[in-house]
Amino acid sequence: MSFYDVIHSYDWDEIQKEIDGRSREDVERALAARTLGFDDLLSLLSPAAEPFLEEMAQRAHRLTVQRFGLVMGMFAPLYLSNVCTNRCVYCGFNAGNAITRLTLTLEDAETEGESLRRMGFHTVLLLSGEAPQIITEEYLKRVLGRLRPHFSSIGIEMFPMTAGRYRELIGQGVDGLTVFQETYDEASYGEFHPEGRKSDYRWRLETPERGGAAGFRRLGIGALLGLNNWRVEGFFVALHASHLLRTCWKSQLAISFPRLCSSAGGYEPCFPVTDCHLVQLICALRLFLPDVGFTLSTRELPALRDCLIPLGITTMSAGSHTEPGGYSRPGVGGAQFEVADGRSPGAVAEVLRRTGYEPVWKEWDGASAFV
Amino acid sequence: MKTKMKADGPLIIAGRAFGSRLLLGTGKFSSPGVMKSALKASGTEIVTVALRRVELDNAQDSILSAVDASRYLLLPNTSGARNAEEAVRLARLARAAGCEPWVKLEITPDPHYLLPDPIETLKAAEILVREGFTVLPYINADPVLAKRLEEAGTATVMPLGSPIGSNRGVKTRELIEIIIEKSNVPVVVDAGLGAPSHAAEAMEMGADAVLVNTAVAVAGDPIAMARAFKKGVEAGREAFLAGLGSPRKAAEASSPLTGFLR
Amino acid sequence: MEIQVNGEKRQWDGPVTVLALLEALGIRPATVAVERNLRIVLKEEMAREMIHEGDTIEIIRMVGGG
Repeated sequence: MSFYDVIHSYDWDEIQKEIDGRSREDVERALAARTLGFDDLLSLLSPAAEPFLEEMAQRAHRLTVQRFGLVMGMFAPLYLSNVCTNRCVYCGFNAGNAITRLTLTLEDAETEGESLRRMGFHTVLLLSGEAPQIITEEYLKRVLGRLRPHFSSIGIEMFPMTAGRYRELIGQGVDGLTVFQETYDEASYGEFHPEGRKSDYRWRLETPERGGAAGFRRLGIGALLGLNNWRVEGFFVALHASHLLRTCWKSQLAISFPRLCSSAGGYEPCFPVTDCHLVQLICALRLFLPDVGFTLSTRELPALRDCLIPLGITTMSAGSHTEPGGYSRPGVGGAQFEVADGRSPGAVAEVLRRTGYEPVWKEWDGASAFV
Repeated sequence: MKTKMKADGPLIIAGRAFGSRLLLGTGKFSSPGVMKSALKASGTEIVTVALRRVELDNAQDSILSAVDASRYLLLPNTSGARNAEEAVRLARLARAAGCEPWVKLEITPDPHYLLPDPIETLKAAEILVREGFTVLPYINADPVLAKRLEEAGTATVMPLGSPIGSNRGVKTRELIEIIIEKSNVPVVVDAGLGAPSHAAEAMEMGADAVLVNTAVAVAGDPIAMARAFKKGVEAGREAFLAGLGSPRKAAEASSPLTGFLR
Repeated sequence: MEIQVNGEKRQWDGPVTVLALLEALGIRPATVAVERNLRIVLKEEMAREMIHEGDTIEIIRMVGGG
């Protein structure tokens, strides 16, 4: 049974009504529960839980430190291309946006890789727009051939592919797969993704499962906060995570919390998410999913990022550029979104050490996994 | 306060529904008559049996006379098997003896603690699933083995609470919790449950069912003990559905983490 | 002829079917499983499966078990 079947037994509006209807006592019962069930998660995501934010934060902190320790995985995004055939309303790469389209040559890609290595990164996340005619199998294979010697761990966050393609990529040195569903509300998904392959809700939703079946060591999921009601999105991200924990049990799962900020297309979120909301979402999901990694990107301002660290975050990016070639020739290509935390990796590492966390640049070494 | 009691659905194993979440073994009873009454009192619907050679000198009837096959699902076990080959042979014999193709896969090469051999169990499970058996493997409380068996197609996993016949209760709690959290198939805690409170504990943790034999068969009054286990299983199940609370640990005073929001 | 039944050596005069052997031993066929030389004899085969010199027969039934 795929997650598409699972999610079909839930009704978006019903879950929203359930969350909004929760009382103070419901929240207290959830906080008293030894292991949280979905019912408890609904309470912790509800407006009634706001007065309990500090207690939730304390427990989220303790639980994260106990499960992951006082360490922070460091990674950097590397955009290969901003060419895209989709017209997602919120994204800088939207095919309708007038930005400078750029695809890295193999040399560019290696130069970017070398820049990231000089910045201290051993873990990299490759991204691109959905342009299968440009990001071809051959191109990807060659790029991976160039980057693999530099990095101990390579993840991809690109257009969804088949399990077969993923098996090939794993053989070429990729060990992580990230795919955000953006919004789990199938009814409104089409408004945000009007054209291009990305308009296929189910194809995208089942991608992490295909990745798990193919054997990715790491899987990343998330919702783009601001598109829809963040409380209901939080519930479905957690539902998706617990499904993956049971079906892709050999993969380490991670959730990201990207919050919509200004992008080239000038899209304004219809469900703005405040800092308070973001904290509640992170804490509620941490209490419900103690073993899942939480990733925080450079979309957030430095001050807020530093405060979010102890609440459950286990992996962070730093010094990121969201335009292809950004590390060696910044500002040439069009960016996917505007980075709010421009601090260098070294500066972020310093903040981490000051607050009692050890930055970890190299978590796993893929060298042993293949010839 | 809004009280929401979740209605309990049936126990579903391999698509088949059972009203009772207590599985009972038929070994060690003082007589077939006592065993028959204990089964009835327990409300069980799945009864395990073993397979042995007929004693030629007194070849009287088998257990089938005391166990009404129409009332219970007879679940033959492979006790006595020390490896996959013997277990597969026993399972086939059970099917030939008229049992449904269900089997409690139990491979215990160590006669003292009767602890299950994980490697032979996985091997036998793969063979038996291929031959169309509904396999319920008795295993140590090993979460990775449980998932490997699930992937091999077993209908449940049956982790032990403590060694067979030890009556020491759930001594593998943390590992069984992980198995329950990660499992896509029913989890039956089997072996070592010595008292109704042990069965209740397993059900409170979220187990789908328990399997008991020694504790009922050797009790002073097996029939009364069977009733007690029935209540223990039901109490544990209802507590689980009602959402167990535990004393809320006071939030240790440390620097506020959400002060920056104000 | 000499055959082995459930581990015991038995003398039996002349060819006999599995079914006849069970009946002679007072065993109801419906409640047992039979193996002849490690091969299971299905219920419908019992009437025609012949037992020969030196055969090993196992007759198994269900008993109480955990």
